[in-house]
Amino acid sequence: MPIHEKSLIRPENLHVQEKIEVDGIDVSGHWSTFIESRVVTDYNEQLEEEIASLPGGEFIHRCWQCGSCTNSCTVNAINADFNPRYWIYLIRTGMEEELLRDKEIIWQCVSCNKCTYACPRDVVPEGVMKATSHWLELKGHTPKSNSMIFDEIFSEQVIANGKIEDGRTVRRFFARTGQAMMQPWMVEMIKSMMRNLPIGMLTRLGLANFITPRTSDWSGARDAMNEYIAEREAHHRKALRLDDLVQMAESEVGSR
Amino acid sequence: MSDKKAKSKQEKYGEVAYYPGCALEGSGSAYNSSTKALGKALGLKIKEVENWNCCGAMEVKNIDPKLQTYLSSRVMSIAANKMNMNTVMAPCNGCYHNLKKAEYDLANDEETMEVVDRLSKKAGHETYEAGQVETIHALDWVKETIGEEGLKERVKNSLDGIKIANYYGCMYTRPRHIFPEKDAGPGSESTSQPHFMDDLLEAAGAENVEFPLKTACCGGAHTLSDSDTSTLLVSNILQAAEAAGAEVIATECPTCHSGLEMHQIRAEKTLGIKTNVKIIYFTQLLGMALGLKPKAVGLHENISNSFDFVKEKGLA
Ligand code: SF4
Ligand code: SF4
Ligand code: SF4
Ligand code: SF4
Repeated sequence: MPIHEKSLIRPENLHVQEKIEVDGIDVSGHWSTFIESRVVTDYNEQLEEEIASLPGGEFIHRCWQCGSCTNSCTVNAINADFNPRYWIYLIRTGMEEELLRDKEIIWQCVSCNKCTYACPRDVVPEGVMKATSHWLELKGHTPKSNSMIFDEIFSEQVIANGKIEDGRTVRRFFARTGQAMMQPWMVEMIKSMMRNLPIGMLTRLGLANFITPRTSDWSGARDAMNEYIAEREAHHRKALRLDDLVQMAESEVGSR
Repeated sequence: MSDKKAKSKQEKYGEVAYYPGCALEGSGSAYNSSTKALGKALGLKIKEVENWNCCGAMEVKNIDPKLQTYLSSRVMSIAANKMNMNTVMAPCNGCYHNLKKAEYDLANDEETMEVVDRLSKKAGHETYEAGQVETIHALDWVKETIGEEGLKERVKNSLDGIKIANYYGCMYTRPRHIFPEKDAGPGSESTSQPHFMDDLLEAAGAENVEFPLKTACCGGAHTLSDSDTSTLLVSNILQAAEAAGAEVIATECPTCHSGLEMHQIRAEKTLGIKTNVKIIYFTQLLGMALGLKPKAVGLHENISNSFDFVKEKGLA
């Protein structure tokens, strides 16, 4: 698709007068197009550092903007606004406000690693996408995405028991995201499973709801992992200056 | 590859530590039963990794990648240090990928080594050291031990006349750097045009179609959290397979497999896109070619119904 300059200008910055005459000449409509210039005053000079401090973002500094990631991207193929190269550019130049315009879709990266495969500079754009979605949530720009909620439920189970049971994971996911478990397509799917499955298998599936698979002798691993997570969380809070933000917000509220 | 090396691989993979992973105990149980049945029919020995844990799938790495590496390392440590095995075979792309990634990181990244060592000590087991085991996929296992020639000799019900699109998904080939043995010249697997499954099914008599989306992504990471994207991606894969003339999509991963099955149904419900292509594990296809009954390879445990199809093709 060719890029027209006009499509790069946001509609709110384009001004056209419906009826205007200048020195007796009618310049209504198209002729009076005025583009409001944009002044960027909102750099976050630490944006790149913040992203780089989160897991996956480590190699963002290597990017040379070749665009291979976007070109190979699975999600870009179905939504042209999903543009890893552009986001990496915004992060590296500190354009936080611009980045936030796309905050609702960055988490949609499907981790297919086509970008990682294509990137000539080993940036691992997939990791940068994860770090960026994580950053958006930690900074409070977006609520936790469904994807993050799923990751958390899954990980909680693995850390607690060593194994997961997919039926349980799915049920908790629908409960925690406030969705009805029996979506119409699921009913259809279960019906077609019933057609093929012998009764014994169904009872086994039913039973799986009450038996949690566990790895035995797991408590040492569980404690070690929980400790490690706490340590990393403290590190992220510091790297993203979250405590400063909280303090700032508190003093703001207090001064009113 | 020299004959000697080929022979040693054949010997080495003849007895492997088997890591089924959680999916094979749940939604992918048909892959578990068919892998075991196939191994038995081929005379290959497997020993399940004792008291294994989940490798973290695609989720734990988003909480912290090093936790995921630790989880994988524990599985490899048990295989190496408790069971004295030198090969771990994982049929699930997710498990296979995570163990490979852990192997790579533990050989190359000091911070990862330090964290894994610390966690292993606290958890009370031996720290896994890079190089102790080799992780292989179920495809490598059949390909390197029995191979095409061996399969041809053993085929009882040829897959003759079945048109297959081979679907490998993302995690079997990407990112390239964690698979040093791939793209390594003749006989090795390719990361851009994988062919191990094609080779095996062809040896069993099937006709492989020219399928451009072998390594496309099905959106498995968001199969529930962003279902619309997954449905769109899966329907592309299903439609491309049908356009290529395939009657069956052969799979080699429980997540890919159930993703295709679920979203085939969902695509019909939400997008009105109906496809008839059957979704069958390569282990089920090979098992039936060796003369195993459909039920012995868990065909009844699949969501999609391919019973009539296999009957029609003379496999039942
Ligand atoms: S492919 Fe790599 S170097 Fe190229 S734009 Fe993307 S991240 Fe940057
Ligand atoms: S991993 Fe994410 S960013 Fe990279 S190609 Fe896949 S969807 Fe796009
Ligand atoms: S990838 Fe899937 S199946 Fe493999 S261990 Fe992990 S969760 Fe469990
Ligand atoms: S194809 Fe789908 S399930 Fe398979 S590896 Fe990719 S995202 Fe995962």
